[in-house]
Amino acid sequence: MRRVPFVLVFIAGALASGYGAAGVRPPQEERRPAQAAPGARIQVPPPPFSDGIFPCSECHNKDMPPNRTRRELTDMHVDIVLKHDETHRWCLDCHDADNRDQLHLASGEGVPFSESYRLCGQCHGEKYRDWRAGVHGRRVGQWNGQKEYLLCAHCHNPHEPRFRALEPKPAPRRPSRSTGVRSH
Amino acid sequence: MGDTMSSDTPHPVTRRQFASCTAAAAAGFLLTACGPRRLREVPKARLRSMLDDLEREYSKTYGKAVTVSDTPAADGVVFAYALDISRCIGCRRCVYACVDENNQSRDPQVHWIRVLSMDKERGIDFAHADAYYDAKEVPQDGHFYVPVACQQCRNPPCTKVCPVGATWAEKDGIVVIDYDWCIGCRCCMAACPYGARHFNWSDAGIPNEQVNPAMHYLGNRPRPRGVVEKCTFCIQRVRKGRYPACVEACPVGARKFGNLLDPESEIRYIIEHKRVLVLKEELNTMPKFFYFYGT
Repeated sequence: MRRVPFVLVFIAGALASGYGAAGVRPPQEERRPAQAAPGARIQVPPPPFSDGIFPCSECHNKDMPPNRTRRELTDMHVDIVLKHDETHRWCLDCHDADNRDQLHLASGEGVPFSESYRLCGQCHGEKYRDWRAGVHGRRVGQWNGQKEYLLCAHCHNPHEPRFRALEPKPAPRRPSRSTGVRSH
Repeated sequence: MGDTMSSDTPHPVTRRQFASCTAAAAAGFLLTACGPRRLREVPKARLRSMLDDLEREYSKTYGKAVTVSDTPAADGVVFAYALDISRCIGCRRCVYACVDENNQSRDPQVHWIRVLSMDKERGIDFAHADAYYDAKEVPQDGHFYVPVACQQCRNPPCTKVCPVGATWAEKDGIVVIDYDWCIGCRCCMAACPYGARHFNWSDAGIPNEQVNPAMHYLGNRPRPRGVVEKCTFCIQRVRKGRYPACVEACPVGARKFGNLLDPESEIRYIIEHKRVLVLKEELNTMPKFFYFYGT
């Protein structure tokens, strides 16, 4: 007799707390941005190749043995201006001579173009860290869900990474006394 | 005796007529849920039916299917913004993305974001800032840029001075305006230390094809003449999980947005790892708009 109400109260309490928790707790799993664990690969749109340049092995095949001497290019790729630590770097520091369709890290490990951020991150570690956190660079998508990262190369030309100056959009109209009503 | 009264007044009203008219007026007042109200006090069902009316009206006016959302603030969310001063190049892409998204008047011109050009020598100095810089290319040598819109203060002076209670902070921290309740006195504009509020001197001049049909009743629905408007963090987008329009428009990725209560958000990362400042900190407005140096 005395037990029944206690049990009822207990059940009611359990239901209420369960309900309350479900109602109050934000759906964290959905809301959290997909945090990239160290070493995990990140979803990015395809790399921004110039037209008709990829795959590189189309031209750089068996008939063209790699010339590993550092030199000024005169026959092909003359449009590429290297302004990226050019006193110390040249093509084959990043591009892989053995597999032309990929890049390589300083360790020699091959890296596909779609993971070029790992290559950039070797020198620009601080930027790489911020980029993974979504603080360096542009991101689109949902603030509480799926976000799309851009590769470094989507915004920076890897051969000449400094940002180009842009033409600004028009300045706002100045408020003027004569047409005070028309502008503010 | 009774005749004297009827000859004195042109339209004599009997006691019975007066009583029945008053009763009818009172009944009408009660039946329409006690007359006009602030939007924040309107019951949910009635709000939706009012917004349905607005949708029909706007759809007719602009010749396209307009939706007016009433998405409320979500629990456990307080929005905050961060802007990287070391990246902004002053290109004003954000200004015009905002105008397009939020149905700001094109003529007369209303801009919710003002990009201030500042001298590197002086640092952040509003007295010498220039919003009207005109250049072939930006960034200009010796200058940096500070875009300023509503700082979404946690201690907002604008909502305190409103004599009619037409502006308030929502639960997710967005300071909003009831465009139907605003009387256009502009006290809030005088109170705002950031110049973030703007007055509609005339009806919004927006070509029909440029009207953004995805609206929120506290956000980008067309404002009538004589009311004040300002940035709402793109309430119509962020309450659906999207980033504000300026965040997506910024070509250098200087603009960051997220939930202040989520320890994994970009905003929290910035506050915890970067040098962060707020504008006019000494006024104790406690903005939720942070400026930081990303480099």
